[in-house]
Amino acid sequence: MEFLENDFEFVGEKHDIYVEEVLPVNSFWKDFFKRLKKNKGAIAGGICIIIIVLFAIIAPAVSPFEFDKIDTSIQSTSPNGTYLFGTDVLGRDLFVRVWSGTRISLFVALTAVIIDICFGMVYGLISGYFGGKVDNIMQRVQEIISSIPSLVILTLLLVIMKASLFTIILALMLTGWIGMARITRAQVLKIKEEEYVLASKTLGASHMFIIFKNVLPNIFGQLIIMSMFSIPNAIFYEAFLAFVGLGIPQPQASLGTLINDGFKTILITPYMVIIPVVVLAILMLSFNLLADGLRDAFDPTMKEA
Amino acid sequence: MSSSTIKYLGKRILISAVTLLVIVAVLFLMLKLMPGTPFNDEKLTETQKIALYEKYGLDQPIIVQFVTYIKNMMVGDFGISFGISRNQPVANLILPRIPISFGIGIAAVILGTIIGVTLGIYAAKHKNTKADTIATLFSVLGVSVPSFVVALLLLLLFGVQIPIFPVLFDTDNLLMSSILPVIALSFGVIANVGRFTRSEMIAVLSSDYVALAEAKGLDNKKVIRRHAIRNTLISVITILGPILVNLMTGSMVLEQIFSIPGLGSLLVKGITVNDHNVVLAVSFLYSLLYVGLMLIIDILYGIIDPRIRLGKGE
Repeated sequence: MEFLENDFEFVGEKHDIYVEEVLPVNSFWKDFFKRLKKNKGAIAGGICIIIIVLFAIIAPAVSPFEFDKIDTSIQSTSPNGTYLFGTDVLGRDLFVRVWSGTRISLFVALTAVIIDICFGMVYGLISGYFGGKVDNIMQRVQEIISSIPSLVILTLLLVIMKASLFTIILALMLTGWIGMARITRAQVLKIKEEEYVLASKTLGASHMFIIFKNVLPNIFGQLIIMSMFSIPNAIFYEAFLAFVGLGIPQPQASLGTLINDGFKTILITPYMVIIPVVVLAILMLSFNLLADGLRDAFDPTMKEA
Repeated sequence: MSSSTIKYLGKRILISAVTLLVIVAVLFLMLKLMPGTPFNDEKLTETQKIALYEKYGLDQPIIVQFVTYIKNMMVGDFGISFGISRNQPVANLILPRIPISFGIGIAAVILGTIIGVTLGIYAAKHKNTKADTIATLFSVLGVSVPSFVVALLLLLLFGVQIPIFPVLFDTDNLLMSSILPVIALSFGVIANVGRFTRSEMIAVLSSDYVALAEAKGLDNKKVIRRHAIRNTLISVITILGPILVNLMTGSMVLEQIFSIPGLGSLLVKGITVNDHNVVLAVSFLYSLLYVGLMLIIDILYGIIDPRIRLGKGE
C-alpha cells in the first residue's frame, strides 16, 4: 500500500463522496438486448443473416429468369451484367438458383430445428420432470441413439428412402433432437428443485401448471440459443448429404446440390462452385456469431467459462 | 483399482457392447428394407435370381441371416461384395483403405491439436490484445466454415491456380497428395482446440493454485509450463472426442473432393450401387471407432478426474 501525496490533505466539505448511485431497474430482456448490441460480431452476423434471407425471398421472385429454365444456347456463361452469377452447364441462371437454393437450405434447417426443439423439449421434460424409472429408461434409449454416429444414421436413412425434401428434414431431425432433450432435462432437473416450484406445489398446482408456467419459461432461453447453434449445423449436414450425392433431386436446388454440381466442372468453371460455397460459409459464420452473442448476452457469467 | 472402479469400467464396456449390437441390428434391418436388390440386372431370369439368393444366403429368414452375420463378423468375415467388385470378400476391399483414411485423419488431429493448443495458450497469455482478437476471429471462422469449403478453396488455389499439389489423390505420391486434405481437415480441429484451450487456460490462470505458484516466487515461464499448461491439457482431452467424430463426417466429403481411395468413398460407392455388405461393414467400422473412442475418453477422463465418474455414473 503506497500513500499518495494528497492523501493527508483536508477534504473540506465534500459530501458527494457518499452519494449513492441508484441503478435503474431494467427488465431482463432490456438488459439482454443492451448486452447483445455491444457484441459487434453478433450484430454483423444478424445483419448478414437478414440480408441473405431477404435475397433468398426476393431475388427469385423479381429476377426475369426461372431457376429451372434450361437454355442450351447460354451454357456455362461466366458471370456478367445479365447473369450476375453466370449460368450452369444446362444454361440455368445461377443467380436465381443460388438464392432459391439458399431458401431451400434455410427452410430445411429451420424446419428440422423447430421439430427438434418440440420433440427434444417434450422428451427432456418428461424424462427430467418425472424422474425415476421413466427417466432411467428414457436416458438409456437416448444414450444408445446418441452413440450411433449421425453420419451413419443420415446416410442409411437416405438409402432406404428416396432423397427428397421430406427425407432430408427427417434425417436431420432424427439426429438433432438429442442435444435439445439433453439440455432440457438438465435444466428441468435444476429448476425442479427451486423454491418457487416448491411454492407452486404447496399451493396445490397441478403437474401441467408447474411444467408450463414454472419450468418452461425458464428453459426457453437456453433452447433458443441451442437452436441457433443447431441451424448452421443443419445447413452443413444438408450440404454434406448433397455432396455425397444424397441431396434434393433436380431441378430443385439447395446450396449443397449447387456445390456438388459445380464441383463436377471445378477445373473449367470454378465460379459455379465458389459462389454457393461463399454464400454457405457466410451463412454458417453469421449464425454462429449470432448464437455466440446471444449466449453471452443471455448469461454474462458464462462468458469466460 | 478399487471395486467401484472395476464396476464402473464393466458398466461402461457393457453399455458400449450393447450399443454396438443395437447398431448392427438397426443397420442390418435398414439394409433389408432398402428398395431394390443387389441383383437388379434385367438379363437375370427368375430361376437365376433364386439361385443367386440361395448362394448368398438371402433366401433365409432375416433372423437367421442376422445371426449368421454376427457369427461371421466375430471372426472378421464381413461377407462378400455383391456390387463393387463381385465375389471379393468385403474385408479385402476395406483393409487397404483403412491406413489411408486413418493416416489422413490422425495426421490432421495431431497437426490440428498442436497448432490449436499453441494458438490457444498464446491467445490466453496475451488476452485482450490484437493477437488475441485475430486468433479469436480465426477460430470462429474455423468453427463455422465446414472443412469441405476449405478443401474446395485450397484445391482451387494450390491445385488449379498455382499447381503445387496434385488435384487428384495419387497413391504413388502419398506425401504431396496428402498435404491439402490434411490441412483442410485440420482447419476445424485448430479452431475448436484453440478456442477451447484459450478459455480453459484463462480459467486456469485465474485459479488459486496459479496465484500461489506466483506468490511463492516461481518465475512466469515455470508457472505456465508446470501448472497452467498441464491442467489445461487435461480438459482438452474431453473435446477431442466430438472433434474426431466431426472429422469422420468431414473426411467423407474430403475423400470425394480429392478422390481419395478411403473408407468414406467406399461407403458412398456402396450406397449408390446397393452393395449391402460393404455399407454394413463400413458403417459398422465407423460405429466401432466412434463407440470405442467415446469409451476410451470416458475412461481416461475418469482416471484423470475421479469426480466426473461419480457424477456421471449415477
